[in-house]
Amino acid sequence: MEQKIAVKVDDLTVAYNYKPVLWDIDLEIPEGVLMAIVGPNGAGKSTLIKSILGILNPIAGSVSIYDKPYKKQRQLVAYVPQKGSVDWDFPTTALDVVMMGTYGSLGWIKRPGQKQKKAALEALEKVGMLPFKNRQISQLSGGQQQRIFLARALVQNASIYFMDEPFQGVDATTEIAIINILKELRKAGKTVIVVHHDLQTVPEYFDWVTFLNVKKIATGPVKDIFNDDNLTKTYGINYKVSIQE
Amino acid sequence: MDLKEYFSLVFNDYTLRTITLGTAILGAVTGMLGSFAVLRKQSLLGDAISHAALPGIAIAFLITGTKDTNILLLGALVSGLIGTFWIRGIVKKTHLKSDTALGLILSLFFGFGMLLLTFIQKQPNANQAGLDKYLFGQAATLVESDVWLMAIVTGLCVLVLLLFWKEFKILLFDADYTKTLGFNTKTIDILITSFIVLAIVLGLQTVGVVLMSAMLLAPAAAARQWTNSLAKMVFLAAIFGAFSGVFGTAISASQNNLSTGPVIVLVAAVFVVFSFIFSPSRGLLFKQIRFIKNRRDLELNKTLAFMHQIAETHEDISHPHTIKILNNFQGYTKGTLKKLVDKGFVQLQGNMWSLTKLGYTTAANLYNQQTDSNE
Ligand SMILES: Nc1ncnc2c1ncn2[C@@H]1O[C@H](COP(=O)(O)OP(=O)(O)OP(=O)(O)O)[C@@H](O)[C@H]1O
Ligand SMILES: [Mg+2]
Repeated sequence: MEQKIAVKVDDLTVAYNYKPVLWDIDLEIPEGVLMAIVGPNGAGKSTLIKSILGILNPIAGSVSIYDKPYKKQRQLVAYVPQKGSVDWDFPTTALDVVMMGTYGSLGWIKRPGQKQKKAALEALEKVGMLPFKNRQISQLSGGQQQRIFLARALVQNASIYFMDEPFQGVDATTEIAIINILKELRKAGKTVIVVHHDLQTVPEYFDWVTFLNVKKIATGPVKDIFNDDNLTKTYGINYKVSIQE
Repeated sequence: MDLKEYFSLVFNDYTLRTITLGTAILGAVTGMLGSFAVLRKQSLLGDAISHAALPGIAIAFLITGTKDTNILLLGALVSGLIGTFWIRGIVKKTHLKSDTALGLILSLFFGFGMLLLTFIQKQPNANQAGLDKYLFGQAATLVESDVWLMAIVTGLCVLVLLLFWKEFKILLFDADYTKTLGFNTKTIDILITSFIVLAIVLGLQTVGVVLMSAMLLAPAAAARQWTNSLAKMVFLAAIFGAFSGVFGTAISASQNNLSTGPVIVLVAAVFVVFSFIFSPSRGLLFKQIRFIKNRRDLELNKTLAFMHQIAETHEDISHPHTIKILNNFQGYTKGTLKKLVDKGFVQLQGNMWSLTKLGYTTAANLYNQQTDSNE
């Protein structure tokens, strides 16, 4: 049986200045996978996600979501940015941030109401942050802030989730809590794409993987392509030892 | 005229009423909009816009030859907008940091504006005097129609804020995410920036090019200290701004007509200093008090926990011990022990202490309590 392609990237090239930071990327992500994007710092992982989501304009290439241009399929896609990308001293509460996930479906001018609030509370509950709903966001720990971002994406009720380092700076308990939520999403037939740094946990957490370092090195099922050869090609050093530990 | 006289006059005297109303409305609208500039960390934006407006005033005068405020301010608006969009363009096209671009436009436009002003002043034309009032502002020249204009712009601004509140909020917090939700962030940004330009231009007559940015920043910075809600912050900033306007006008009118603009800015600065020291959650004073209190509580708890440990080694929790035992515990002071007695946790007889029942259970629950209060 042929699997549907959720995200298709064609010949994508992106540059901030003159030198491309992503070079001619082709990528097909099948529906229903839990995929890790791995690569060293500065490999262009965040840039790839931002280009797919239309935050950055690529020099060349195109992105389609379920065979249609991204712009037409926006409501199918949710995004968890890198935690450090916002100012957490902003005057607002945890619940309010999660509510922002509903703004897209509301559209211009319309205010969130009871329905949106209920959805936000449910998402907070799911990530175990309900007791903190009225907390000022600067008074949350790093891991709690990460969960708030996750909840905000959950509220979007999308089919495809892009997450930029959701495990950054979280403790073991939170990491397990988050990965369980991601696995639940996959079980519900969603596609989840995660920028991930901890190579040791890739086989345990993910079923699909993309190696990236300016160019796409490889993409496919973890069991087939998560090997020493690809790791060396991506990171430039021999990773055999650390993986077998 | 002293302050009391001023406040009795303000409702009757036409000029005084006009100026007071004008500065109050101006303070309110710049305070409101300033919140957005402060939260976007664009503190220099106001400075850049107000300085960029100066050549517009000079050029408008050169073209029309009149000193009609509305025409000059229209010139200011145009050059302020041009300056603002050049800043955006520079940041986008050249990868210069935004404060570099702001500084660049600020000095470029201001320099050009000053050049034009000196040129105008050298003209053999009796009409040219007085353009330099836009440098430091002259509230006394406000007339009723100016105040009406300010009121209309402020009303419009409130309306737009109410309509697009959610869009402004999310753009301020997370611009990239806003884009992924399908909002045109450029539109939201241009909307808010245009209002900031408009408010600044309206303030030039009163406060002047040089100090205008303080009207934008000071009330907002002060308001941020008092609240953790964006809506309350914007509201408070408007109130602080309005009060700065009223008090500034009152002080300047009662003190031999001190220049109004600088006095208003000084009053706003007092709000800032006061807020930075006295705000309950973020102020320096209460932070220090909380710090000291926390340390004291901690000391008390440490002593209590230590006593609890000793008491646990005995069958009877109220078994008396000599005070000396506490001496080898470094946190012990007579003061802390006294406080524990006051709270009813400890009984003191001569130099023997014993835990009370209350003290014992409190100590036993100390750690649970602490984890609870973290929730
Ligand atoms: N706003 C920017 N302007 C200029 N260059 C940038 C910008 N953002 C990223 N870059 C450059 O683009 C390259 C890719 O950056 P990107 O953030 O995508 O890397 P990453 O793989 O996400 O790294 P990390 O693991 O550190 O998050 C880097 O060389 C970086 O220096
Ligand atoms: Mg990154």
